[in-house]
Amino acid sequence: MTSDLQRERLAYRRSRARRSTLVALASTVVFAAAVWFGVTGAPGWPRVRDSFFDWRVALRSLPAVAGGLWLNVRVLVVCEVAVLVLALLVAAARTLRGPVWFPLRALSTAYVDLFRGLPLLICLYLVGFGLPGLRLSGVPTDPVVLGGIALVLVYSAYVAEVFRAGIESVHPSQVAAARSLGLDHRRTLRLVVLPQAVRRVLPALLNDFVALQKDCGLISVLGAVDAVRAAQIESSLAYDFTPYVVAGLLFVLLAVPSGRLADRVARRAARRQGAL
Amino acid sequence: MNVLSVTGLVKEYGGKRVLDGVDLEVAEGEVVALIGASGSGKSTLLRCVNLLEDIDDGQVFLLGRDVSDPRVDPDLARRDMGVVFQAYNLFPHMTVLDNITLAPRVVHGVPPAEATATAMDLLTRVGLADRATAYPDRLSGGQQQRVALARALAYDPKLLLLDEITSALDPELVGEVLALVREIAAAGRTILMATHEMGFARQVADRICFLDGGRVVESGPAAQVLGNPEQPRTREFLRRVIDAGRLQDPRPDRGGRV
Ligand SMILES: Nc1ncnc2c1ncn2[C@@H]1O[C@H](COP(=O)(O)OP(=O)(O)OP(=O)(O)O)[C@@H](O)[C@H]1O
Ligand SMILES: [Mg+2]
Repeated sequence: MTSDLQRERLAYRRSRARRSTLVALASTVVFAAAVWFGVTGAPGWPRVRDSFFDWRVALRSLPAVAGGLWLNVRVLVVCEVAVLVLALLVAAARTLRGPVWFPLRALSTAYVDLFRGLPLLICLYLVGFGLPGLRLSGVPTDPVVLGGIALVLVYSAYVAEVFRAGIESVHPSQVAAARSLGLDHRRTLRLVVLPQAVRRVLPALLNDFVALQKDCGLISVLGAVDAVRAAQIESSLAYDFTPYVVAGLLFVLLAVPSGRLADRVARRAARRQGAL
Repeated sequence: MNVLSVTGLVKEYGGKRVLDGVDLEVAEGEVVALIGASGSGKSTLLRCVNLLEDIDDGQVFLLGRDVSDPRVDPDLARRDMGVVFQAYNLFPHMTVLDNITLAPRVVHGVPPAEATATAMDLLTRVGLADRATAYPDRLSGGQQQRVALARALAYDPKLLLLDEITSALDPELVGEVLALVREIAAAGRTILMATHEMGFARQVADRICFLDGGRVVESGPAAQVLGNPEQPRTREFLRRVIDAGRLQDPRPDRGGRV
């Protein structure tokens, strides 16, 4: 049986909760109305509406833009796998100790320094136009492949640092425990250090992948017909910017599930950390 | 032949001599306890024996073989040693069972079914057979150390190294871990252990080595070193230990703390 005191407390909490909901609802409505009237009341609104939010143009451009997005999705999947592998290798190379490994260690450090600082757009131009310009046999000329290479180069440098932070967060006693069991450096890394490191940096990792998802649209600067480029073409046919809005919305829709997933993983990681 | 023989071992950290010519022998089936003040180098000595540190001089012989020779593969030498540290022993991302079977499977090439059977036997011995599929963070500190002991025994090492395995535990959990060590010692395992538990050392150790100033200052039967030490520095150390309440009475006719 609950006491009168507890019943009274529950009733009070319920009334507080009802009040908060009402306040939140009211403030949302007021805010939305303010934005709506602010924008539609702007002197240039009729023109903007016609050139950015034209329903007929949107419907007409949708198939081409969505088709372009399918290319982005494929590039994204391949790039994510490549980034994971390359970043892991670079991060692992940076953990090697001893003078024998100096060249490999130095190389991976230089790689990270270079590609973390290089703007993605410049990397895209260098790889996309510079590499084929060498006219070496075997070098790809497809802008999609070249764009993918540039994305992988830049993102692997970021993700390698994320992995390294994870590796360094694993307690040194774990390495000692693994080595004392007779595991060599490679097995210690693979079976003991990396599983713990990856678990810890998973939220940051997913966040980088959400960023990669939208940056995939930049391969359009090399001429690959992806969602952004398709929107550009449609836009010049219709003398209207609406196809860009369509492409933007599609990218946002694509990012929502991965964003939610990243949030969930981060929350779970935080809970686990708190439980330890 | 001695299981372990250490001669003239020197270890420096940044020019500071932590071990300054340590001589130590552990015979087969013997239980040797290392005692000494905090910072006297007990952990360092155990880490050097386990080849986790590069030594600066001297030799370490394991089963008669010089394992401090740089031509010896340390991973091979470590297969004959089981180690339990003070804390953070278990791998948090593996179940208790996977923790125990890891080295037998991956390092010693034992078939998984056989490794699992051995591990379950060991878990039964340490009283945790029902926790085989649990993750370490679901176990108490004492249970974790018992699993760590089981893991160290899983590949039947010739030498067991224990580094203050109860000093990170709540007082009420110390007993169950020490009881298990006593049982392992009674079964004839060769053990070298660093410990702050003087009463326990006196009951279980065949021999006690007192480490001070980077050397083994005094070594002998437990009752003698604790009850009637020859060296003034040992007497001084033990007096401080008794003052701190870690040893109730060193004389053999009175009970020591376990
Ligand atoms: N990796 C290291 N780098 C520098 N100094 C170290 C390192 N490890 C240990 N030392 C130093 O070596 C000395 C001996 O340390 P060690 O841990 O072996 O002592 P201990 O006898 O095990 O002490 P405790 O009883 O507190 O565990 C200490 O002065 C310590 O500061
Ligand atoms: Mg120590």
